[in-house]
Amino acid sequence: MFNNAQEFFNTLPLIIMGGGIVISLLIEIYSDKNKVILPWFTALLFLAVGLHSLFYTNDVSIVMQNMLATGGNVNIFYAIFTLGAAVVTLISIDYIKKYDMYFGEYYLILQTSVLGMMLMAAAKDLFVIFLGLELMSISFYILAGMNRKRAKANEASLKYFLLGSFATGFIVYGIALIYGSAHTTSIDFITTNFAGLTSNLLFVAGVLLFLIGFSFKIAAFPFHMWVPDVYEGSSTTVAALFSTGGKSAAFSAIIASLFALFNGPSGNVFTPYFAVISVLSMFYGSIVAIAQVNIKRMLAYSSISHAGYLIIGLAAGNHDAIAGVMFYLGAYTFMNLGAFGIVSLVEGKNETNLDINSYAGLASKKPFLAALLSILMFSLAGVPPFAGFFGKYYIFIAAIESKLTWLAILGVISSAISAYFYIRIVVLMYFKPATNDFQIETSNSAMLGIITSVIIVILLGIFPGSFLDLITRFI
Amino acid sequence: MTETGIINISLAILFLPLLGFIVTLLLGKKIKSIYLFEVFILTVTLFAAIFVAFIKLSYYVDDRIIAEIQWFKLSETISIKLGFLIDNMTVIMLFVVALISALVHYFSIAYMKDDPRYNRYFAYLGIFTFSMNGIVLTNNILMMYIFWELVGLSSYLLIGFWFEKKSASDAGKKAFIVNRVGDIGMFAGILILFLTYNTFSFESIFHSIAAGKLPFNSDFWLTMTGILLFMGAIGKSAQFPLHVWLPDAMEGPTPVSALIHAATMVAAGVYLTIRIFGLLTADAMMFIAIIGMLSAFIPATIALTQNDIKKVLAYSTVSQLGYMVMALGIGAYKFTFFHLVAHAFFKACLFLGSGSVIYAMHHEQDIRNMGGLRKKLPLTYATFLIATLAISGIPLTSGFHSKDGILASSFAFGSLTGNWIFAIVGFLVALMTAFYMFRLVIITFHGQPRDQHKYEHAKESPFVMVMPLIVLAGLSIFIFYTPNPLNADEGWFISKWLPAPVLSAPNNTRFDFMQETAGAVTHNPSHGTITYSESYTEAMHGAHNPAMILALVLALSGMLLAYIFYQWKKINVDKLTQAIKPLYTFSLNKWYFDELYDKTFVAGTIGFSKLIGWFDAKIVDGIINGAGNLTRLLSVFTGAFDRIVIDGIVNFAAYLSGFIGLIFRRIQTGKVQTYLILVIFSIIILLFLFND
Amino acid sequence: MNIPIEYYLILSAFMFFVGVAGVLTRRNAIIVFMSIELMLNSANLTLVTFSSYLGNSIGQLFVFFVMTVAAADAAVGLAIIIAIFRNKLTVNIDEINILKW
Repeated sequence: MFNNAQEFFNTLPLIIMGGGIVISLLIEIYSDKNKVILPWFTALLFLAVGLHSLFYTNDVSIVMQNMLATGGNVNIFYAIFTLGAAVVTLISIDYIKKYDMYFGEYYLILQTSVLGMMLMAAAKDLFVIFLGLELMSISFYILAGMNRKRAKANEASLKYFLLGSFATGFIVYGIALIYGSAHTTSIDFITTNFAGLTSNLLFVAGVLLFLIGFSFKIAAFPFHMWVPDVYEGSSTTVAALFSTGGKSAAFSAIIASLFALFNGPSGNVFTPYFAVISVLSMFYGSIVAIAQVNIKRMLAYSSISHAGYLIIGLAAGNHDAIAGVMFYLGAYTFMNLGAFGIVSLVEGKNETNLDINSYAGLASKKPFLAALLSILMFSLAGVPPFAGFFGKYYIFIAAIESKLTWLAILGVISSAISAYFYIRIVVLMYFKPATNDFQIETSNSAMLGIITSVIIVILLGIFPGSFLDLITRFI
Repeated sequence: MTETGIINISLAILFLPLLGFIVTLLLGKKIKSIYLFEVFILTVTLFAAIFVAFIKLSYYVDDRIIAEIQWFKLSETISIKLGFLIDNMTVIMLFVVALISALVHYFSIAYMKDDPRYNRYFAYLGIFTFSMNGIVLTNNILMMYIFWELVGLSSYLLIGFWFEKKSASDAGKKAFIVNRVGDIGMFAGILILFLTYNTFSFESIFHSIAAGKLPFNSDFWLTMTGILLFMGAIGKSAQFPLHVWLPDAMEGPTPVSALIHAATMVAAGVYLTIRIFGLLTADAMMFIAIIGMLSAFIPATIALTQNDIKKVLAYSTVSQLGYMVMALGIGAYKFTFFHLVAHAFFKACLFLGSGSVIYAMHHEQDIRNMGGLRKKLPLTYATFLIATLAISGIPLTSGFHSKDGILASSFAFGSLTGNWIFAIVGFLVALMTAFYMFRLVIITFHGQPRDQHKYEHAKESPFVMVMPLIVLAGLSIFIFYTPNPLNADEGWFISKWLPAPVLSAPNNTRFDFMQETAGAVTHNPSHGTITYSESYTEAMHGAHNPAMILALVLALSGMLLAYIFYQWKKINVDKLTQAIKPLYTFSLNKWYFDELYDKTFVAGTIGFSKLIGWFDAKIVDGIINGAGNLTRLLSVFTGAFDRIVIDGIVNFAAYLSGFIGLIFRRIQTGKVQTYLILVIFSIIILLFLFND
Repeated sequence: MNIPIEYYLILSAFMFFVGVAGVLTRRNAIIVFMSIELMLNSANLTLVTFSSYLGNSIGQLFVFFVMTVAAADAAVGLAIIIAIFRNKLTVNIDEINILKW
């Protein structure tokens, strides 16, 4: 397994995560106080893994018979997943009590899904991608239906399950065809021999199926249909994880498997495909979001349009673009988590206060919360000096470098459209009289998570260079 | 101690006050005595500043230490950097800011002790000190601008600290708005620089200018850039015509006036102009000199007649700042900075002294109700007197040297270029300064008490308030700057600590005496020094003694006049004012600047909007009505066109996105299989599209 | 006896499309789910075929993984369908459409 102690050390994030899952299982079974211990254990576990990954980004190596990569960007992805999941854990604690859906499994499955994401980011073999993807997806199906007494949650879970498994079918079949034509599942081998393999029709079909399957996972138009329904139906905190961790993980797998091809000798053959779906996703997401009245659905469409911006980076495919995509994923994770966190706080029992209009006058009743939400909305809309602006900026600049100026311009137009529905919430909160008495149960843990996200969003906006430098060092 | 050490300590000096601000603000409501933390932080900052100044001035006196980190990248070639530039001016300014800030903290402990928002006050002082240190330390104009605005913000917060008083909150607003006028110019200047040079760093900008790269390739735009940047200084340093906010800013607590509106923040404008000195052309310098001259002269005449102790000091501050700006405009680079430092100390001393008086008199500010306080407040009186001597330019004080240097330079400038106006105004202002300052001292401290009741209750302020006065008065003595009580040119401050300015504006745009002559010494844009031409040195040499004697005579006669008028009462002041009543009222009413601005800009804006309204109501409507009456049919027609086509288009555009959204959301039927069919359909289309 | 590889591949492709068609047309959630399993199994068949023809065991190994994952999928999927049946007393996916627009 490991050739030396250093390799073992490099694999520690995965090992700690796996060990943590086993310990959580034991806590869940044997401790009477698991309701108190488990959430905080989970949050600390995520924090520990995230910080460990961030500190040891220099440990670049390939371990386990060329199956897993460690260090570098992989660790940065780890940090995005785990720190994001830590925030999700924090906002979940009181939310779960509010909906009376405490099952110990909640935190356990949160952990397994994160382990799945980490495997996807670390994959050096299609095998591992598949395993990670399934670990994450199956955990997500369960999380979506966690509140099993509610019909909406059931429905969200079923839809997610059917569409997700359908996509998995595509991916597995694609992998099978790739294996048949390339005689191996090693990503490095496939990418180095890519140009030669493309003459084989089976191989091309396999890659196509693989791409289509992943387009499902990143929620790009026209494979986005599950997104609004699942986000609306499942618990807000879980939707937060789907929209951030799930999306980042899918992007990390695409980057892990295809990045070497983007700058290969044959050029980026995927550019037309990515360009088309990015334009469709951006505009579909922004335009339909305007017509939404439910804030969770609005955030779902916004996440589709953000997927569009991210795919611009894949279409550009150069080093700066990938750095931009990773920066954007980091920024997007925290701004979206913050926004979902606030939605989960404002949300009353039995799904009240989910209408956008119920945010009217929030600023007069809960000024601090309104200020935080405004920052997050501005960041999502891409207003400087918040993180969202720099994410978009780096991606658009990289697109221009790759002579995709038209795509960057469409991206700017789409962000202008999307600014409308983000700013509308700010306007509602500050300039409309309150129609709602906001019976908001305060939750210190959720506030901790939200404030942390906002601080990260602001810090990434003020010092984007430091994070970007960290990423570019390994690309 | 290495250069890295100096940079690290400077970082600490910058951020410690911010820490103080955050802690004090957050815990202010919970812990009553948290202000002590802020005071402690400032003490630490002060020691760090002393240490850094000592190290820099003794071991690295010829070095310019620059530290830069990348903030973020805009593109491959353009990256925005944050950085420090630590030269001798920086460390001296750091020391000045830290010292006065710390002393004001001590002073405030007693002065503000009854205030309900005690802790918040100290927090504001902390953020002010942070922002001021940022201005001092930065090596680029962008950071300068950011901290510039932060300083403006903290000044606004502190002026309006007693916001229950309408005059105070109005004064805060006025300061903020007037400053914005200047900042717009500064921002435009920064934009021009950035567009031309793709960098914000002073160093690189000077380098590029010296290499011959000019904004829009024209000398004119280089001049304009200098003037635009200087507009920021006009606002912040309260120069004519934007000086109106500073006297009103005296509504803030007196220690704040000492820190912000006398010693440090208002000096930031001068500091900025010193920093951009290298890119100023002769035309820009002439503009600066004229602005400075007007700002020196007009407020000095106003200060002659004011009766509020703080107002007199405020106008004197504007006048002295004008002096500095004028000096910079005529090329007296070193003496400007000297006067900046000297003025910071003695003006802070005067303000804190006035604070002490006001404290003793239970918030009485009108000098006509004071008098005879010399006996009640001996220490305040002594320190106030020393500072007054310094500002009047009496020998043995710092003010004597700095003023003398500026006057000698104006003399030299006159003899070299024929523009004697600056010298004349300079000497006139020196005369007036001595007069109004001694008028203030005599009326406040000498003679008989005019308000017996308040006089009875007055007593010397506590130690925490007197100690800062003593320190500041001490620093107004010449010995800290030069060993020779009559000539500072050879002293360490001028000859060792301050390097000659580095000029980078093209040779043909400079004043004759600042041009590089063939075979002249070094020209190294980053470290080199360009000495002024020999004729300038000669002129300075020749000007020195006459200027000193004339300045001394004028200062003494101003002093004497004050004694004649107010101490010995040889001339009846009232009669005199009656005799020159128009002049007197003109001065008393501050040349009617506020009224003028109210009548022109404020009323103008309101009037303009009224005019537009009237134009709308009468002319536009009239024409439309007339046209409508004449061609009723046509107007009905256009009306219909308006309603149907124009409104239609507008509404259509407004709701188009909404409509499209509404249509598209119908795709989302909620049925899994519809989704899947759409997916398969799209896959087929995509395959068809990329079928190659 | 030597059956050409194409036969296996065509068979598995056929199975895959039968699966897709089943997912698209059937209304019963359980049958839709079974069709998805059919898609996975067609992939398994492809993997085994290649493994045997390439004389390379990676494919067979992969099949085990896919089968395990499919089993987990089945467990979760059936649980979800049971939960939905308890709430709505139907597993007709046309009637499961509260979430839309």
